[in-house]
Amino acid sequence: MNLQTTITQTSNKQSRTLPWGQLGIRSLALGYLTLMLIIPLLIILQDGLRQGFVEFWRQVTLPTAWHALKLTLWTSALMTVINIMMGTLTAFVLVRYEFPGKTILNGIIDLPLAIPTLVTGVMLVILFGPQEVLGSWLKEQFDFSVIYAPPGIILALLFLTFPFVVRSVQPVLMELDLAQERAAATLGAGGWTIFRRIILPPLTLPVVTGALLSFARAIGEFGSIVIVAGNIPFLSQTAAVYVFGEVESENRLGASAVSIVMVAIAYSLLMLADYLRKRSKSSKRELT
Amino acid sequence: MSVTISSHTTQTKEQSSLLTWMDKNKGKWTSWILIAIVVFYVAFLILTPITALAFGAFEKGIGEIISSLNQPDVFLAFWNTLWISLVVVTIHAIFGTLVAWVFVRHRFPGRNLINGLVDMPFAVSPVVAGYMLLLLFGRNGILAPVIEQLGIQVAFAMPGMLLATMFVTLPFMIRELIPVLEAFDTRQEKAAATLGANGWQTFWRVTFPALRWGMIYGITLTFARALGEFGAVLVIGGGVQGRTETATLFIYRALEERQYIGAYSAALVLGLFSLILVLGSDWLRRRKH
Repeated sequence: MNLQTTITQTSNKQSRTLPWGQLGIRSLALGYLTLMLIIPLLIILQDGLRQGFVEFWRQVTLPTAWHALKLTLWTSALMTVINIMMGTLTAFVLVRYEFPGKTILNGIIDLPLAIPTLVTGVMLVILFGPQEVLGSWLKEQFDFSVIYAPPGIILALLFLTFPFVVRSVQPVLMELDLAQERAAATLGAGGWTIFRRIILPPLTLPVVTGALLSFARAIGEFGSIVIVAGNIPFLSQTAAVYVFGEVESENRLGASAVSIVMVAIAYSLLMLADYLRKRSKSSKRELT
Repeated sequence: MSVTISSHTTQTKEQSSLLTWMDKNKGKWTSWILIAIVVFYVAFLILTPITALAFGAFEKGIGEIISSLNQPDVFLAFWNTLWISLVVVTIHAIFGTLVAWVFVRHRFPGRNLINGLVDMPFAVSPVVAGYMLLLLFGRNGILAPVIEQLGIQVAFAMPGMLLATMFVTLPFMIRELIPVLEAFDTRQEKAAATLGANGWQTFWRVTFPALRWGMIYGITLTFARALGEFGAVLVIGGGVQGRTETATLFIYRALEERQYIGAYSAALVLGLFSLILVLGSDWLRRRKH
């Protein structure tokens, strides 16, 4: 229905204004996107598959490449789990509680979006580097290294994706009707039951969307990771760093093959997030 | 604080059956524990590293910072970053608006598919972005003959770095503007048209002012992202000292060469610059509303 009206609206408009102007704008916009986006994405697909799927798969499953991909996936996944818990909790605290410094806290959430990721990496190295105070103490006391090891990767990813879950959950939490929670409380439900049965269900979708965005963003991260984790195969080399190394050593097929895998993962995650967002929008429309 | 807690307990006694779990919880320790967890987490994750950077840079005093940054190569690196970002922002301000407009107002086959692709640069690794351009414009690249004929160098030169930064920052402008355009009431445009305004006048006088804040925010985000771009520019530009080096590439090289003060202070300057940019536009927007 909605689509129908917009279609008639636009066709009305097109008949009134000059059609060639509209067409010109459209082809300009689409041409721009084709040049900037579609051609580069197709090139990498063509290059990685130019020697057939078997060779592509062989490049992806080379021990170093495979390990880099696995490391990228598990660190990103672990980061996403922490982000889901802490992001939801942060959004909850920001929406439901009043406390001194709340506005400042709310502002700090967005800082990672403003800080270049390379700078994030530098910050973490200063804090946890093997020659620094905290880093050497952790190493001596607990034999725990952050820098040039997976914990550093996870910390860097947590830093730069922190806003995603918070900002995705916050608006939904604000719109929640308190009457439902009051009703549940009147009927004798405890705090945890109310959270699980009343608050959590409507939050699932924004939490999942935010988590998917965090995950998608984390898969390709390079700037902070190359500083924090270095480039140690089988230990701290992530997929993006691996691709960089292969480009530098002119192993085109290997670089393209791993790139394709990364692009494919990113694309499917974004599509899933987009699909969930659209579904939530249409279900909202049905309700109102 | 103790006063508020006691006032709550008296309230609970008066109307205990009506009181909600939320209200009961207000003065309770659980809320304070949750607040404390969040505050500590944010302080640990975000504030501590930022503070560490400031300390790291100032470790040997401000004189050391100035002498490490006061070099022609460093100036050139920051200058490269600045003008690449400015050019990219200008191009995206124009074409981003155009793309957002077409997505909101036009219906055409493949629209949903392309709309999904617009977000790709957000998730595609910057390294892969730079590598794509290398495949196109590099020595054995597909477009290498064309480029040679034209006599311009794209890879390991400024044009390539511009393209790489453009790719990486593509979604921001478009994603900021689409919701604003969707919320915009087209009746205003129709009214303007009824009153005799032509298409261009309607856009300038009616639509553009409504888009202004979305544009400012989109520009800020694009700018901040362009300033901090590293991976894509490293792959396509090569980071040649004194030529294709940007601020982030300088930081990377300084770290490799163990010039820590130089790296830390450049990181501090770059971080502060983009922080001021984003916070400033946030502040402007909040003051406006």
